[in-house]
Amino acid sequence: MDPFAPLEDRRRGLRFRKFLDRMVRVASLAALAAGLGGMLWILYTVVDHGAGALGWDFLTEPSKPYGAEHPGIANALIGTLLITLGAALMALPPALGAGIYLSEFGRGSRTAHWIRFSANVMMGVPSVLVGLFIYALWVVPTGKFSGFAGSLALAVIMFPVVMRTTEDILTMVPDALRESALALGMTRARAICRIVCRAGRNGLVTGVLLAVARVSGETAPLLFTALWSDGWPTGYFREPTSNLPVLITEYATNSPFPEQHAAGWGAALVVMTLILLLNIGCRVLFKEKKHV
Amino acid sequence: MFKQLAQKILDPARADRLFRIAVLLSALLLPLVMTGFFLQLGWSSAPAWREFGLSLLWSTEWDPVANRFGALPAIVGTLLTTSIAIVAATPPAFIIALYLVDAPPWIGRPLSQALDLLAAIPSVIYGMWGLFVLVPVMQNHVQPFLADTLRMKHLPFVGEYFNGFGILTAGIILALMILPYISAIMRDVFRMTPPMLRESAYGIGCTRWETAVHIVMRYGARGLLGGVFVGLGRALGETMAVLFVIGNVAMLPDSIFAGGTTIAATLANNFAEADGLLRHVLFALGLVLLVMSFIVQLFAQSCLTATAAARGEER
Amino acid sequence: MSEIRPPKIKISVRNLNFFYGSHQALFANNLDIEEHRVTAVIGPSGCGKSTHLRVYNRIYQLYREQRAEGEVLLDGHNLLDSDVDVLELRRRVGMIFQKPTPFPMSVFDNVAYPLRLHFKLHRTEIAERVESALRGASLWDEVKDKLKSSGLALSGGQQQRLCIARAIAAEPEVLLMDEPTSAIDPVATAKIEELILALKPRFTIVIVTHNMQQAARISDRTAFFYKGEIVETDATAKIFTNPSNPKTEEYITGRFG
Repeated sequence: MDPFAPLEDRRRGLRFRKFLDRMVRVASLAALAAGLGGMLWILYTVVDHGAGALGWDFLTEPSKPYGAEHPGIANALIGTLLITLGAALMALPPALGAGIYLSEFGRGSRTAHWIRFSANVMMGVPSVLVGLFIYALWVVPTGKFSGFAGSLALAVIMFPVVMRTTEDILTMVPDALRESALALGMTRARAICRIVCRAGRNGLVTGVLLAVARVSGETAPLLFTALWSDGWPTGYFREPTSNLPVLITEYATNSPFPEQHAAGWGAALVVMTLILLLNIGCRVLFKEKKHV
Repeated sequence: MFKQLAQKILDPARADRLFRIAVLLSALLLPLVMTGFFLQLGWSSAPAWREFGLSLLWSTEWDPVANRFGALPAIVGTLLTTSIAIVAATPPAFIIALYLVDAPPWIGRPLSQALDLLAAIPSVIYGMWGLFVLVPVMQNHVQPFLADTLRMKHLPFVGEYFNGFGILTAGIILALMILPYISAIMRDVFRMTPPMLRESAYGIGCTRWETAVHIVMRYGARGLLGGVFVGLGRALGETMAVLFVIGNVAMLPDSIFAGGTTIAATLANNFAEADGLLRHVLFALGLVLLVMSFIVQLFAQSCLTATAAARGEER
Repeated sequence: MSEIRPPKIKISVRNLNFFYGSHQALFANNLDIEEHRVTAVIGPSGCGKSTHLRVYNRIYQLYREQRAEGEVLLDGHNLLDSDVDVLELRRRVGMIFQKPTPFPMSVFDNVAYPLRLHFKLHRTEIAERVESALRGASLWDEVKDKLKSSGLALSGGQQQRLCIARAIAAEPEVLLMDEPTSAIDPVATAKIEELILALKPRFTIVIVTHNMQQAARISDRTAFFYKGEIVETDATAKIFTNPSNPKTEEYITGRFG
């Protein structure tokens, strides 16, 4: 055989190759449509079933046992805000500090490597296990289910997320900025707090808000920590504290009554609206500064 | 004395050292919590291991009255739902990522963000939607279609009897949930392929698909695999979405239409009311789940960091 | 008689304008590329040399905002026509990039890949053609014992010759080289320059280079680009000894660029 013989008569048809290419494009669009269609379907269902439940009473009255007049979700709404806020207060300072450590002091060090590794592991830990962990660590010793225990669980979930975001954002701040701050005679600590963190401010705020949004919808870790009640959340540190995700779960799975199903949908609509608003808000507000 | 202390703290060099120590301590919290997790679950589950030994892992008994427990149904249910989710979600995630990278920005960006929002919806809402919408659809349309119209009921593992709840339904919800995660990671892997490599593939006459499969996919194989593992990790531990639709039967499923349970769903379902031996057994199940997701994370991280290292990044 | 006949024009560029979005990068380029010759494209950086080259195989089309207007005739057919098949065009017009871009596969598969892509060949035929392409790129002796190892394991100069082997395997008619030696050490560069001269009888070669000695050493004709316009095109010897345009003279004597 002659390796230089012309190959003109040995061509593979272009038709099939192009057809395949086009089919994959169609399939991509179909998959995208299926994914987004699923999302729209979920959104539509929640709005469709939930909008009817919404009303003044629904948002201002506490939840009540089946049959009582004017049931609402106000206690659960406030409880969720309390629990999430408590989690944020506990998780943010050390998480921001840890992020600062990784980006400012831990570049390339072995300790930092292990810390990053454990952050990744923690981010992959199923949230239901965090509930188990806090149950054994806090609920059993204190003998009480409480909103605070729920906050602890959510804080454990938030911590690694906020830490990695902080690290990513601060690493993107150019070194020249650090050097010029130090050149002005600032101490390292002051340069980091005043200059580096300020430069990454928008990113940090976005990261924190997204982490808050994420944990505010978490259900599984609250099942054995905050539990759930029909009362107002007055005993954050010592009593089961009402919250939206567990209320949704209770009404959807443990109740035979259509009215409570509807209330569950209403609560789902409230949660989803809050979370999507936080997500979209972050994206819109900090869009142009994203690459700082 | 108070003044002295204040002065000591305000001394710049000292403040700097304090700051450094403070942030280091915050960072060390994390490995501490991680170790605590393993120790606590190991400790709390010890009585269960003493009682049943490793046979806990392959026993199928679940009898709270007689205090006999086996984890096999939950483990099998977890593996089955996760496999269905991964098989169903990976191919669409791959081609969606492919499309998003090549799409013009005015359409690619909003679609990307919509996908991110899909990942932001809380799982309890997926679960509720699954319970009230997907389960009836599965019961009335999908399962009859698969079983009768496609005559799949004669195949092994595909059941003839169904009520909408079960392994398959849970797998489908999980697939929808992990799709945006896998897709986002794959999209980033595609973006990190050097433009010149892609150009040289097009330069010898490849189509988009050929470039993606023969060149980009090989180049970013580890990253893509890492994305799949991240999705796998999420599917393994997902609780609420599964809990609502799987049927919660502590039996080995005899078909993908059958009801079953997963480790996470078993925990959520039983833990609050459990005491005595059952509680220790549940902690043991938790430990099994923790080890499974730990292994998956290890794989995911080794894939993802290796790709980052191959690109000369520090981390 | 045939020796004084003017050489055939392989590519003929007529009034080519090029845009990045609203920014115009090339202005009314006219250029004739002669068959079986090496044509060098020189000019200061950012003057549009690479942009011009990237029109010949329509690789610029990967980027939505880029647009070409005018005519580029390959054997008399305008390759910018919408009915031209780009996959076929890119087989006929191969390209080598600034940096070596071996595919993430073995040395053998790198060269076999375009063969399998475009032709129906038996395995033994593929093996023969891979060998002849590697010989053609003067790489065979260096890699014949490691055909199965990764293309990425070769040295930079070897990788670039592997890319040349890959490009010539699919039997193109034209080879476009976009600063092919800019990322390679001088010894490897010399080898590639030798290779280009050896390939001349089989292919029509257009090479973009920022290195004027290189242009002088290997090219038959040279086109000088400045700010998106072709200032002067002529025989290389003429351009480097007696350019007609003062701008060209300033550039080749090193007064700018």
